[in-house]
Amino acid sequence: MPERLYGIRHHGPGSARAVVAELERQPPEVLLVEGPPEADALVRWVADAGLEPPVALLGYATDDPRRAAFWPFAVFSPEWQAIRWAVERGVPVRFFDLPFAYRLTGDARPAPRPAPADARPVPGGAGPAAVAPADGPAAAVPADGPAAVAPAYGPGSATPGDGPTAATPGDGPASAAPAPGGTHAENGSDAASAAPSGSGGGRTPGSVTRGRPDSDSTPDGADAKSGPGSVSPDDSDGVPGASQPNGSHSVPGTSQPSGSEDGPGLEPSGGSEDGPGLEPSGGSDSESAPGDGELPEEATPRRPVDPIGELAAAAGYDDPERWWEDVVEHRGLPAFEAIAEAMTAIRDESPEDPDDLVREAYMRSVLREVRKTYDDIAVVCGAWHVPALTRKVAVKDDNALLKGRKKAKVDFTWVPWTYGRLASWSGYGAGVNSPGWYHHLFTSADEVVPRWLVDAAGVLRAEGVPTSSAHVIEATRLAEALATLRGRPLAGLAEVTEAAESVMCDGEPLRVELITRKLVVGERLGGVPDDMPAVPLAKDLAAQQRAVRLKPEALERVADLDLRTETGLRRSHLLHRLRTIDVPWGEAVTTRSSTGTFREQWRLRWQPEFAIRLVEGSMYGTTVAAAATAKVAQAADKAETLAEVTALVETCLLADLSDAYPQVLASLDTRAALDADVNHLMAAIPALARTLRYGDVRRTDVAGLAEVTASLLGRVCAGLPSAVGSLSDEAAKVLRDRIDGVHTAVGLLEDDDLRERWMSTLASLAGRADLHGLLAGRLTRLLLDAGRLDGAEVRRRLRLPLTIGTPPAHAAAWVEGFLSGGGLLLVHDDALLTLLDDWLADIPAEAFDDVLPLLRRTFGAFEAGERRAIGERLAGPRAADDEAAVGGLGFDPARADLVLPTLSALLGRDITATGEAR
Amino acid sequence: MTALRPHAEDQYAEELALLAAADDRPRPPGWRLSPQAVVTYLLGDGAKITPKYVGPRRLMEVAVSTLVTDRALLLLGVPGTAKTWVSEHLAAAISGDSTLLVQGTAGTAEEAIRYGWNYARLLAEGPTDAAIVPSPIMRAMQTGTIARLEELTRVPSDVQDALITILSEKTLPVSELNTEVQAQRGFNLIATANDRDRGVNELSSALRRRFNTVVLPVPASADDEVEIVARRVAQLGRSLDLPEVPAAIEEIRRVVTVFRELRSGLTEDGRTKLKSPTGTLSTAEAISVITNGMALAAHFGDGRLRPGDVAAGILGAVVKDPVSDGVVWREYLETVVRDRPDWRDFYRAARDA
Repeated sequence: MPERLYGIRHHGPGSARAVVAELERQPPEVLLVEGPPEADALVRWVADAGLEPPVALLGYATDDPRRAAFWPFAVFSPEWQAIRWAVERGVPVRFFDLPFAYRLTGDARPAPRPAPADARPVPGGAGPAAVAPADGPAAAVPADGPAAVAPAYGPGSATPGDGPTAATPGDGPASAAPAPGGTHAENGSDAASAAPSGSGGGRTPGSVTRGRPDSDSTPDGADAKSGPGSVSPDDSDGVPGASQPNGSHSVPGTSQPSGSEDGPGLEPSGGSEDGPGLEPSGGSDSESAPGDGELPEEATPRRPVDPIGELAAAAGYDDPERWWEDVVEHRGLPAFEAIAEAMTAIRDESPEDPDDLVREAYMRSVLREVRKTYDDIAVVCGAWHVPALTRKVAVKDDNALLKGRKKAKVDFTWVPWTYGRLASWSGYGAGVNSPGWYHHLFTSADEVVPRWLVDAAGVLRAEGVPTSSAHVIEATRLAEALATLRGRPLAGLAEVTEAAESVMCDGEPLRVELITRKLVVGERLGGVPDDMPAVPLAKDLAAQQRAVRLKPEALERVADLDLRTETGLRRSHLLHRLRTIDVPWGEAVTTRSSTGTFREQWRLRWQPEFAIRLVEGSMYGTTVAAAATAKVAQAADKAETLAEVTALVETCLLADLSDAYPQVLASLDTRAALDADVNHLMAAIPALARTLRYGDVRRTDVAGLAEVTASLLGRVCAGLPSAVGSLSDEAAKVLRDRIDGVHTAVGLLEDDDLRERWMSTLASLAGRADLHGLLAGRLTRLLLDAGRLDGAEVRRRLRLPLTIGTPPAHAAAWVEGFLSGGGLLLVHDDALLTLLDDWLADIPAEAFDDVLPLLRRTFGAFEAGERRAIGERLAGPRAADDEAAVGGLGFDPARADLVLPTLSALLGRDITATGEAR
Repeated sequence: MTALRPHAEDQYAEELALLAAADDRPRPPGWRLSPQAVVTYLLGDGAKITPKYVGPRRLMEVAVSTLVTDRALLLLGVPGTAKTWVSEHLAAAISGDSTLLVQGTAGTAEEAIRYGWNYARLLAEGPTDAAIVPSPIMRAMQTGTIARLEELTRVPSDVQDALITILSEKTLPVSELNTEVQAQRGFNLIATANDRDRGVNELSSALRRRFNTVVLPVPASADDEVEIVARRVAQLGRSLDLPEVPAAIEEIRRVVTVFRELRSGLTEDGRTKLKSPTGTLSTAEAISVITNGMALAAHFGDGRLRPGDVAAGILGAVVKDPVSDGVVWREYLETVVRDRPDWRDFYRAARDA
């Protein structure tokens, strides 16, 4: 055979070093790398100094950028190193994995686990069978490999020449526009929803990644696992099963949507914000690992995600890179032969993933074709695939597998990546846990442990923690002692971290986290050259702008939106969403005159720097809706005060981001629990109650909202008693408004249990002696209105403040609190007026002089017209005796009957008064 | 044996002998067991060796490795996280002697760390070796064993600093006699300090540098904690000769759940956030709440541990600051306990308590 197969561990620095060494030793004529062949044309960018790892290949459906996938590369990725080596020496490079275009069409298939297939494209892909059918064309051509494929795709990608640039600009927008525009919102939301549920983190871009990375092993799931890195220490191996990707799929039913999710890897995620889509799936999987993964999969056992990681785990290593070094490299064997041997043994024992079979069939096809042209071929692929590539398989069998697959139009581009997104703790469940450590392993020639600890000391010093060289020395000794205790030849990440924690951080978790963030994960951000083609988010926005007929203009103009119309509503949603992702294209103008809530006025102005913001925003998602959802969810996560979260609830409403709801609510619940100020809690309740009662947010988790509101109210009831004592006048006024607000809100909620709790809280408060007068008066009034106190009791309480033992200021406040709500109420509320009247008449003549100023103070605040009306009412004939009885609101059947005809007309059916008048 | 509480090396002498017999790994100079065997002694082996510490293995490995590297070990943690317990067992396993102990207090004098004088002899004979009264730490240096210092951060700073020479030079100069005591191989120091006391007498950075720090966390899972509490309650009940009360595992689980939820500020199902009270609510307190409840049940109740027997104890443990903790406790009762169907009895008992 003319080819040499280098089975690597994705994102494994050890593999990277070995691959480069082998290439140096035996330079090939052509290099085949596991990856999407559509990206062949982008390889030339690797030579560009502007393309700086970590970067990722972003592939997305031309007509629907939400379906996207990422293949990240770090400097320590063997694929990256191999490609760099080849590009620098002018050796041709070809990606030879199953084209991304095939994977995109997977959804439609009726395959049993459609979702997975799509999703996984990378990894296992769907059942092989499923895949196979489609491909007629492709299959036919396999021989030609890339070229053949090309035609199918978008024009751009087809030819290497134009590949990178051409593809996108041209068709991208055009095609995208129609379809996406319409569906955006929805899709976005779907994806989003998935994400949130999966994990908050989901949205983060990171998630997306994983899918791709894996590409090696498996796109999605694979990543995670295979992810060399990712797995590495922790989960990776352990859970081969994890393959999670599938897990996500598990939702086969969903097909599409699920696809998206699962797709974590791929599409879905891509679609929505990749991030979210992916993550969730990814996230969950990785954690749950095997369990999930398998379930969905119809109990089919999954193949190991990170086979090398598993070998390492079996040997008792928690870091596969350590194992690679100790076992593979130090054994003196040619590393790749040893690995191939081991993999063959493992694969014989493991179940085959149908996805893998399809991919490998394609790889073999390409290999056959390349053999015709070149004699000396080097192949860099996941170790898992090596046995399959050496296996003898008849050409027709491979063709049969690949036959009948349809190809979607896809575009590829390079996007900057970060180590943070490679790492699992930022929501990239399947990623590399310690990219910074791998970077260190790959770049430091010797003294790995001391160099690392010196860097750690540097991080601490930068934060003002005094860390001496003696610390580094002691930490190094401890790391080595630990390694000895654990029977390891050398200290690994676990040992250096524990040593740093114990010696340099004084056991403080914050400092350890600092080291983890800055060093273990690293903050390295990749870069791409300026002339790289546009991101999906920008395309999506262009499509949406067309869909809602709102053109970006540099000149300022004012737009009046009528939210009752479909277009107006969608424009409003778009503008609000853009604002959440920091693209303030429109500024909301507060309208003066209109009282309607259906009208919005915006001042629109497009500024050039928004283009950059869009690129930044694209790390949150590939569509406007998805990015906004991710952003809101993230903000909810980071919010520090209750008010911030409450504002986000409103943002969700305005921008129609129903998928961000669960996350925002969860965050609201958390902040509410931690917020010690009852005032804040109370301020949050009215808006929530209104949303609950009137909110028409599609697919909003109303149950969740109701639960949060109820628990918020429970906290208020528990905390209010301690908050009402010893208040200043100012504070009492604020609290009175809050209590009024909550009281109204409780009325809206229509929950007897809650109402009962609230009213009993008020009742217990009203009797307290240390209450501020304003509150005492107000509470008495609320209780009276609710029928909790009868007239006699109220009269007694009314009299109390006016007795000699009460300071005048308190009395004045009491009356003010009791009567607040305006004079108009007194005009129309007979019961109240009578009560007041009776009380006034009861006041002994000698005390009246003292009371008068207090009353004047309250009544003086009423409008002159109101005062006159009250006077007229008192002077005029009194209502019938029975109606004047105190203790509740008066009810006049005759007056009530007057509205019945109108009501009947409105409701379209006859309404007559029944039952008793009272 | 009539001691209220025997030393670790006596109580577990059998296990130590067993480990020593089977231990074929190299032992550091002065050690009775190899480091691996010490870790096994602490964590148990699932058979003959009972676990003394239930928690992450890596913490014990770091602690033991620290003592191997001749750096001093500082165990940090909130009260009741088994700091003293671990240090006692470490000393017992490594040196076979856990009695070289200095209790740190605000009144700890330098003599307790270095050496004092027998004044009668000092007056009669002048300064001589025989007139010196060695501190436990000095004795540990002479014999090459592990010394323990409890509550290091309670010791006044000037006294703390007497440790610097001991830890860095491994020697204790006796200037009056113009001699010194050099630490023998095997000597080391385990200090414990309380997280909550930080800042009382913060270690100087010179001293801090001589210690490796291991932070002992509260138990990670409810099951771990229930196990710890149940085991300790049984041991304590035996050694205090309390009347037999069937240790109701549900009550233990309930107490542990309440403590964990309030301590972490999150319900076990992860769905409701809570405020945390000012107290530490350590495992040790959970143990004493249960023990106390059992005593109540045995002497004043019907011999069974009922929710009412533990409710008062919990209230006392949670509400340390009557104002703010009261709100926390009420809120917890109303928002969490009230809604749990099988906690009805406890809810009523706690409300009445």
